[in-house]
Amino acid sequence: MPSATINPTRMELTRLKGRLRTATRGHKLLKDKRDELMKQFLEVVRRNRELRAKVERGLEEANAAFTVASALMSPEMLEQALLYPKQSVELDMKFKNIMSVDVPVYAFHTRNEDPTEIYPYGFAQTSGELDTALEALSRVFQDMLELAQVEKTMQLLAEDIEKTRRRVNALEYVMIPQFQENIKYITMKLDENERGNITRLMKVKDMVLKEAIEAKRAKDAQAMEAFAARRGSV
Amino acid sequence: MYKIAVLGDRDSVLGFKALGLDVVFAEGTEEARHTLHQLARGGSYAVIYITEQLAAKMGEDIARYKDQVTPAVILIPGKTGSLGLGQTALQSAVERAVGADIA
Repeated sequence: MPSATINPTRMELTRLKGRLRTATRGHKLLKDKRDELMKQFLEVVRRNRELRAKVERGLEEANAAFTVASALMSPEMLEQALLYPKQSVELDMKFKNIMSVDVPVYAFHTRNEDPTEIYPYGFAQTSGELDTALEALSRVFQDMLELAQVEKTMQLLAEDIEKTRRRVNALEYVMIPQFQENIKYITMKLDENERGNITRLMKVKDMVLKEAIEAKRAKDAQAMEAFAARRGSV
Repeated sequence: MYKIAVLGDRDSVLGFKALGLDVVFAEGTEEARHTLHQLARGGSYAVIYITEQLAAKMGEDIARYKDQVTPAVILIPGKTGSLGLGQTALQSAVERAVGADIA
């Protein structure tokens, strides 16, 4: 059903045809974008799944060691041992462009030169399990950071794919059919006008002809009459 | 330069302190919610790790940061183990992108 507001004129028709061309081209491009995004996305999802499994396993280990450590040490001692960290981590964030989606790339560096320098306590008053726990944590941390990066990438890509998908669908199922419908409507209307015009012209032509013939006949009749009258008088 | 925060109950996240991350303790959901928004608002944290135990009741609060570049709110298992929420988040992202649940 064409919208009620369109003008069935040639200018409108040209305009609509142009828009249809643009929409078709945009649709094709967006579809390609969506497909490529999807490909990238699925790769990211796969990586995310791997990393998550790895991180969860690593953290479980660390937590187990930590539980043992906190059972062996008093909570106050534990707190005291960890209260003032020697190490401090800073995060650098850069951006990578995946199909015009800006995704973060993290790189961390430790303030302390030696990255293994993670035990902020003397070894005399703490249990060895705490060392194990911290070591396990520091091992899993690299993966945790990558997990953060991959997970954020995944979320941003998911958002963009959703948006692109909607655009593709809107073009495919709403815009393009509507343009086609309107173009068809205008073409038919113009043709109809054309036909109406031709019939009208034919009709006018008939009328003009009829008048001419009648005028001619009247003239003939007059001439005949005049002729007859002249013969009668002779 | 950005920082990394870890949000969770005391026993789960204390260890991260030694690694040099900013550790914030939160016991209840209300407290955690408040803290999360505070950390995110400051803009200096690019990554916030939060334990699944806390995150379980904060779905909406975490969803709010999904479409923003910073911070990345990442779920990690707490001391009682994984609740599978991380997997669920992954699933929902896939669902969102594809429009249907595929595997």
